Amino acid sequence: MSLADELQKLRENALHEIETATTSVKDLRQAQVGWLGKKGSLTEILRGMKDLTPEERPQIGALANEVRDTLTGAIEDRQKVLEAAELNKQLEQETLDVTLPGRPVQQGQPHVLQQIIDELEDQFIGMGYQVVDGPEVELDKYNFEMMNLPKDHPARDMQDTFYITSEVLMRTQTSPVQARTLEQHDFSQGPLKMISPGRVYRRDTDDATHSHQFHQVEGLVIDRHITMGDLKGILLAVAHELFGADHDIRLRPSYFPFTEPSVEVDISWGPVTKDTKPEDIEWIEVLGAGMVHPNVLKAAGVDPEEFGGFAFGMGPDRFAMLKYGVEDIRNFYLNDVRFLTQFDRKG
Amino acid sequence: MKVSVNWLRDYVDLQLPVNELAEQISRTSVEIEGQYQPQGKMKKIVIAKVLSVVPHPDSDHLVITQIDAGQAEPIQIVTGAPNVATGQTVILAKHGAVIGNGVKIKKGKLRGEVSNGMLCALQEIGMDDAIVPQPLEDGIWVFDEEDAKALTPGEDALHVLGLDDYILETGITPNRADMLSMNGTAYEVAAMLDQPVKMPTFTLNEAQALTQDTLTVKADARMAATYAARVIQKVRVKNSPLWLQRRLWNMGIKPVNNVIDAVNYTLLTYGEALHAYDLQSLPAAELHVQMASGDETLVTEDGVSRTAHPGDLLVMSGQEPVMFAGIMGTAKTQVTKATQDVVLEAGIFEAKTVRRTARDQNLHTESSQRLERGVDVDQTLVALDYAAALIAELGQGQVLQDAVVAQVQKLDLPVVTLHLSRLQAVLGSEITTQEVAHIFEQLQFDFEQQGDAFVVTIPSRRWDISIEADLVEEIARIYGYDRLPATLPVGATTPGKLNAKQQLIRASRHVLEGLGLNQAMSYVLTTPEKAQNFKIQLDQAGEPIQLAYPMSQDRQQTRSSLLTGLLDDVAYNVARKQNDVALYEQGRVFSVQPGAVQPIEKEHLAGVMTGAWQTRNWSQTAQDVDFYTVKGLVEQLLTNYNFVDAVRFMATNQRLEMHPGQTADIYVGETLIGMVGQIHPITAKAYKVGKVFGFELDLQAIMDLPKVMDQYEAISRYPAISRDLAILVDTAVTAETLRQALVKAGGKYLKQIDIFDVYTGEHVPGGKKSLAYTLTFVNREQTLTDEIVNTAMDRIETVLRDEFAAEIR
Repeated sequence: MSLADELQKLRENALHEIETATTSVKDLRQAQVGWLGKKGSLTEILRGMKDLTPEERPQIGALANEVRDTLTGAIEDRQKVLEAAELNKQLEQETLDVTLPGRPVQQGQPHVLQQIIDELEDQFIGMGYQVVDGPEVELDKYNFEMMNLPKDHPARDMQDTFYITSEVLMRTQTSPVQARTLEQHDFSQGPLKMISPGRVYRRDTDDATHSHQFHQVEGLVIDRHITMGDLKGILLAVAHELFGADHDIRLRPSYFPFTEPSVEVDISWGPVTKDTKPEDIEWIEVLGAGMVHPNVLKAAGVDPEEFGGFAFGMGPDRFAMLKYGVEDIRNFYLNDVRFLTQFDRKG
Repeated sequence: MKVSVNWLRDYVDLQLPVNELAEQISRTSVEIEGQYQPQGKMKKIVIAKVLSVVPHPDSDHLVITQIDAGQAEPIQIVTGAPNVATGQTVILAKHGAVIGNGVKIKKGKLRGEVSNGMLCALQEIGMDDAIVPQPLEDGIWVFDEEDAKALTPGEDALHVLGLDDYILETGITPNRADMLSMNGTAYEVAAMLDQPVKMPTFTLNEAQALTQDTLTVKADARMAATYAARVIQKVRVKNSPLWLQRRLWNMGIKPVNNVIDAVNYTLLTYGEALHAYDLQSLPAAELHVQMASGDETLVTEDGVSRTAHPGDLLVMSGQEPVMFAGIMGTAKTQVTKATQDVVLEAGIFEAKTVRRTARDQNLHTESSQRLERGVDVDQTLVALDYAAALIAELGQGQVLQDAVVAQVQKLDLPVVTLHLSRLQAVLGSEITTQEVAHIFEQLQFDFEQQGDAFVVTIPSRRWDISIEADLVEEIARIYGYDRLPATLPVGATTPGKLNAKQQLIRASRHVLEGLGLNQAMSYVLTTPEKAQNFKIQLDQAGEPIQLAYPMSQDRQQTRSSLLTGLLDDVAYNVARKQNDVALYEQGRVFSVQPGAVQPIEKEHLAGVMTGAWQTRNWSQTAQDVDFYTVKGLVEQLLTNYNFVDAVRFMATNQRLEMHPGQTADIYVGETLIGMVGQIHPITAKAYKVGKVFGFELDLQAIMDLPKVMDQYEAISRYPAISRDLAILVDTAVTAETLRQALVKAGGKYLKQIDIFDVYTGEHVPGGKKSLAYTLTFVNREQTLTDEIVNTAMDRIETVLRDEFAAEIR
């Protein structure tokens, strides 16, 4: 057999083996060494080059190079195929049941009342309000007297009080923060706009709708040109924030010693569109508000002829009960983990 | 107050449906708390006449009656009513009727005799015992003969009894006591509907004889601003006519007799506090008002014997008290069917005293309620005359001439000025002069216009109005809050943001939630025992606050820690089989501040954990919470504060409520900021919980400590070198002691010390423990050489051997 024939034969055999007999990259490597390695078949054949005539040498040389190139190309191609197969096999072996639950991680939830308070705080901060704290163990003077509720005022009966001494009590409302803030505020530095969330206490027996401890968020805005229309606008914004933009509010006359006029604010239970008939709206009482009583301003040393504004008191407990349909206020303070973990929506 | 819409129609021509009226009242005046027809879903209940009564052959308590119910044939009814008799006009629930509580009446047989319906007592047609004149045991309701004359068998009994009336329950706010009367309510409704109002009129016929010859009265004006009385002689005391009974029971008041009913009717009409005495039962022919000394005892109309408190106002007759003034009279002197002559008293007693007495005696009556909140001082004597005329008419009595009057409160009508500009500024509305003037006309307030100002004379019935702001409210509510624009305040802008304290509190909450704790909100008030628990500062007195009049044993003192409430929460959960609990709370604790009126209120942050931290699942076994779980959380939380000074955990066995071997005080520098550990098993048992771990931190102290503001340090360009080190030391040697020694001996390049193994047990001699560290060295200036690290390691090993007798492994 001529050298050329041998090369042709080698090419044929090698290609056949590469295409069919190699099933792994390792096999292929061996085959590559066997055919093309230093001690491989091609080298073996080319040893016969020395016996060729000078005319034949370049031809055979060119042929040998061509065979080498063909085989190298075939090996590379085969390698890709085999690698892909091996990877596929590996991936197949690594296949998991992705429907098994993931490894648990711990995450706690904010209390639902905290969520409501935070939401209100954020909204009012956005409107330029300060968030102000006040003591929970309060003086009668701030809780009642400066709020236009002198001793023996019949409206004190509306708020049965935990007294500690005749002058000190567990605050029944967040309103004393109004008096404290008004006393402190320097109106030359601009208007007073504040909210004050916090715990309050009443001498009530705990049941589904009463709690001796609950929360309020007080609001107060005092400036030179504050109107009741502004109050309405703010409360509408709050209603939209908490319950959705398609809800409406209504104001009804009410009585609080520290506001005049005083209103009770109802929010529509369902959405209100321009097609909703007024008699079909179900109104839910959500908060009390009004224009700050001149006596409250005077008691804090603010001139009611020059300054005025509005105040409101919201009940996060009531908001949460309405918003989520919580049927028993005690749920908020008993801290059953099955209750606490339900309010986990973020964003 | 219950308001009968039928009665209201006497005053105002109501053209609108009742639900619209209710809505109007809600929107412009007071809340409507309820709205109903007393008849509910009852039907087929008619007026009937008893034609005959014969005994039932098979029963000794049933009778067989033939009843005329306006049909061609009489109806046979078997009844057990003890009072049924021929000729009575009664109430019949026919076959197919629905009576009270939705009970359906069907014809049937009672011991073999056909019965085609049921003769009814008022209680059986849905009326409350509290408003029905006779007890159920007395039998069926029988109409008085006088009333029966106007009734026809077969006519709708529900209508006759007034049960088809609409009742509106108004929620009267303290300022609107004027609406505790029909007159006041009528003024209000007429104003909101822009309609005229017709007030009650009456004629009082007086006898020749003078009242003062029969009775004298005396009262100090400070006790009773108005005090007067009349005498009506020869009164025939009997049941009131149906029209009056009907009105009373629809307003929630039980008819008694024509005198007491007339007094109550007048009270409802005028809102004035009146009282009737039996003249012959009075110890003396005089009444006077005096302050109780405290040893008087009165058996009041409700049959209860009551001792007056010093300072109570009493109406006396001679030496005997006959009434808690303005509240309730004595049983002995009340008007009964035996009464002949009636003394009728009207008074405005001091509100504060009435309020206190009513509360002390737990005796809240229709009249005390009105006196406490105020009455129309212009109408007291009018009401007295009205009631006298009504009693005379109903009981054919004679009213003696001229009331006896101790004094009458001076009528002093306030004049209040409302400026249109002020009104517009407060409301933010362009309401006009004409609109304002018209609203004052609707309210029937007299006014004069002086330029921009309305000078308004406030009628005596509106004693709640005294300043301009009150008039603003009057105008606003009649004008309609719906008509106000919804705007937002204009004026200087103000920055809104949380202050540093609020930001820190919020951030702390978020960190703990991220670490897996749920936020709890527990009760602040607790038992005296629990109120002492878990104080952070052991050496300070810091007593809790005690309520003067607690509601219950469980809620009487303020908490000194949040852990108390959190442990109650754990107990609540564990009792409900929720065994894995991880909670935190942020809130205040309280302690008496010596020398100050108010206590110290401190912000705290605390957490509790019990049960499994990792629950069992397909990939992991369950892992229970232990000391290091909680400590890890606390360490992470404290890391976030970036204190300037180092955080230290110091073992303590001084905390009685905590496990002596698993509790650490937490210091930042030299400041004690809190503690972490296992709740002592005895304390845990007292709280009814198992193994619980917790921490309590003083957030105020945390806020006050200096923080690192500049946190960033460039990452070193030179690689770190780590070496592992395993040692064997006595078990008593603490990790913290070793850490300090390592830091000292390790030199300036030792940047981090991690413990990756702690072991006692097999292969470790008794009393010893094996610790394994990874020590990481970094030089920020240049590449660290092995030589330098080796030197440092040698130093460390020497120190460990010399100072701790450590065996290097």
